[in-house]
Amino acid sequence: MNDLSRGLAEAAYRVVTLDPELVEITLRSLQVTVTAVVIASAIGLPLGAWLAVNRFAGRRHVIAVLNALMGLPPVVVGLIIYVLLSRSGPFGVLGLLFTPTAMIIAQVVIVTPLIASIAHQALRDLWAEYHDLLISLNTTKRQRVATLLWEGRRALLTACLAGFGRAIGEVGAIMIVGGNIDNATRVLTTAIALETGKGNFSLALGLGFVLVALSILLNLAIHSLSRTERSTLW
Amino acid sequence: MVASIFPLQIKGVEVKQRGVRLIGPVDLELGAEGLTIVLGPNGSGKTSLLRLMHGLIRPVRGSLKWAVPEAEVRTQQAYVFQTPTMMRRSVTECIAYALIVTGVSRAQARNAAREYATRVGLAHALDRPAGVLSGGEKQKLALARALIRKPQILFLDEPCANLDGRATREIETILGEVRSTSTRIVMATHDLGQARRLAQDVLFMVNGCVHEKSSAHDFFSNPQTAEAKAFLGGQIVE
Repeated sequence: MNDLSRGLAEAAYRVVTLDPELVEITLRSLQVTVTAVVIASAIGLPLGAWLAVNRFAGRRHVIAVLNALMGLPPVVVGLIIYVLLSRSGPFGVLGLLFTPTAMIIAQVVIVTPLIASIAHQALRDLWAEYHDLLISLNTTKRQRVATLLWEGRRALLTACLAGFGRAIGEVGAIMIVGGNIDNATRVLTTAIALETGKGNFSLALGLGFVLVALSILLNLAIHSLSRTERSTLW
Repeated sequence: MVASIFPLQIKGVEVKQRGVRLIGPVDLELGAEGLTIVLGPNGSGKTSLLRLMHGLIRPVRGSLKWAVPEAEVRTQQAYVFQTPTMMRRSVTECIAYALIVTGVSRAQARNAAREYATRVGLAHALDRPAGVLSGGEKQKLALARALIRKPQILFLDEPCANLDGRATREIETILGEVRSTSTRIVMATHDLGQARRLAQDVLFMVNGCVHEKSSAHDFFSNPQTAEAKAFLGGQIVE
């Protein structure tokens, strides 16, 4: 209880004084996570819509694999990306290991199946509702996918926010591929892990509260901007 | 000048779904003019026949041929569903969508949408979300969305089901106006009164088969089959 209250006080103090280290770590967390979620959404949303609209042999298996990939162990993802990006790996020449780019790649791999799977489930129901209309209007497959993405924008926003939630709280993979290097790849989650390891619980808790507050604030801001829950009819 | 898609020739067509026969065998020919009412009790195959003609379902047997290739036919048809799908957009955007997907610019499509919305009596609701419209207004929107593409044939699947008398009259007035243009109308209903008011000719269906095809006058004054007589007499036909 003592640690919790000290953590809260630490978080409040660092936020109020705009502690440079906290600001830097927070901005890096946001930069890595937002970039990863944007890329994962650009891949996952159309993929989910495409799977909802198209019928092909093996579709069920593809969906089952996609759903299974939602539970990808981040540490394994981190390990595989580490091997791929390490000097002896096939992409070692790019020199991306222990950079924010490597962390973004890891988060994209972790988050894309989650966004695609949630998007697919939401758009599958929407497709059932819109199927006859869109076929009747003689739309192309591309138009159907685009229409579903627009019509299902609320549900897809939720998919993106779920992806953001998973990415911002991720620690295993980015610790491995980012290395938790001070002033380079340290983000909120890896900083929390580091401070916990050092026994500095109040600072770790303070960073944790900042992380939770950040996640809630971003969700609220997006919901507010997109007018979610104000009307179910748009 | 767009080529006429008529006549439609249906020969020995059967439609099955998961092994269950929905309609057939059906033989009929549809000309370029008039308002045909597809009449029959619930489950007689009216909707399936309309969906077959519109290309939403495929026959397992027989042939269905229009005068022009199928790709051209699809652009010349429109369908108003019994429960119209309301997109999560404004009334104007919902109607304009039907034109935008054909390649018409958004500005042009919106202008046309406002014109058609006004024509069907939705001028007061142009910017409202389509989802908040009443049942009758939703059907009017669906009609405007269908008519904006100036189809040669318009399929209507029980457009007045669940509507009150006033909304039904408004829809029928719009259909009367559509009829005065060159648009062919094929409409399914089980409402005898509506069939008497609108029909020029009647397709009477029972159990997936067309039992009678005749002019409205002949059908109502002198039905040929026992099922039609029973149906017109208010008896339950299965």
